[in-house]
Amino acid sequence: MASAGLAGVSGAACPLMRLVTMSSVPILQQLHLEERLLRCTPDNWCIINDSTAPATIVMGVSGRVSELVEIQPVLRDQVPVVRRFSGGGTVIVDQGTVFVTFICNKNAVTGLQPFPRDIMSWSGQLYGKVFDRFGEFHLRENDYAFSHRKFGGNAQSITKNRWVHHTSFLWDYDVKNMDYLKIPKRAPEYRLARNHTDFLCRMKEYIPSRSVFTDGVIAALGEHFSVQPMDLQAILSSHEEFVPSTKLVSQQDLEEIVSSKESFRV
Amino acid sequence: MALRLWARSAANALKLSGTGGARAAAAPAFSISRFFSTVHDGLKYTQSHEWVKTGDGVATVGITDHAQDHLGEVVFVELPEPGTTVSAGASFGNVESVKATSDVNSPISGEVVEVNSKLSETPGLINTSPYEDGWMIKVKPSSPGEADALLDAAKYTKHCQEEDAH
Repeated sequence: MASAGLAGVSGAACPLMRLVTMSSVPILQQLHLEERLLRCTPDNWCIINDSTAPATIVMGVSGRVSELVEIQPVLRDQVPVVRRFSGGGTVIVDQGTVFVTFICNKNAVTGLQPFPRDIMSWSGQLYGKVFDRFGEFHLRENDYAFSHRKFGGNAQSITKNRWVHHTSFLWDYDVKNMDYLKIPKRAPEYRLARNHTDFLCRMKEYIPSRSVFTDGVIAALGEHFSVQPMDLQAILSSHEEFVPSTKLVSQQDLEEIVSSKESFRV
Repeated sequence: MALRLWARSAANALKLSGTGGARAAAAPAFSISRFFSTVHDGLKYTQSHEWVKTGDGVATVGITDHAQDHLGEVVFVELPEPGTTVSAGASFGNVESVKATSDVNSPISGEVVEVNSKLSETPGLINTSPYEDGWMIKVKPSSPGEADALLDAAKYTKHCQEEDAH
């Protein structure tokens, strides 16, 4: 269990939330770090990664490559494809993406049960405090949206005593990158069969700067937690024996899918 | 938070009562209902919402009606291979629902002797029949009597009520 932090306004001790901020870290490395912190530490964590490189396709744990990804262009352009440890759908992330991840003990938020919809509801309330002044913010099904246009996609992984809620925020995106993704069979109802361009929006059209956004997240967290910045390098060197399940889909696997023309989970 | 959970449970109850024929057929006569989740006598339960049915040297394991209701529609199930060793309280697999993977923990220790292969094609069996067709693994227990320390139906019901009361 995480140690208690400083007393809040009411005098009650706020749980400690360790904050890691980084920039342009490859998404595979970020996901490996998240798995390690989830499985190997007892602490609450917030990870903010502003931008990532190279542009990478990230699928959920059960995603079928042939159903979600345009494999031929991906092979042609050598776009990395990652299968992450959490559930949810497929995204392509790049320098226009800002990532925010919460890793919490199940008792970190009083009364919050470790189930997907409960965690999503709590996150929606927290992000409402960040975004309400910039636009008509909504938690729509499992997405963050301004009006009916999505700018943040979520996924979770829940263990016996801890959970991860991570979000990829579209500060900006390259519409050409969306051509690497197929429109998924399983889509939220509010999408209404819209293509990527009509369904998504860019945060930069609503918020003055990335730092205004990330500072807002840290401030909102500070209402629930005692936020303690941490040194990234110290964390990267710990628990090196842990083997994460997030994996890069190999080029050979992608080529086999193309040659077999069968849909199977790689 | 409590009001939202109650409202969702009420909505599920109304939906379930609309299809009550199929659901009632799946529930044995000895089941008892508390709030909107079904709990069966004769099973043992964990605080992390798994159930175990022991008998004839093999124990059957799954997740409870309370768990499937809170998880939402299950779209994918990851199970171990037969022959795998499981430990009481430790994860043996996971289910995916509503953008989340959720670990499923074994109530007892032992060796997996059978997994429910139907769940690969029809993961929703966990939602529609959590105690019958949605069973997940069968285990040859390594510590007979280990399940005796788990929660009975009444204690598990109380545990769920306390959790939902927050």
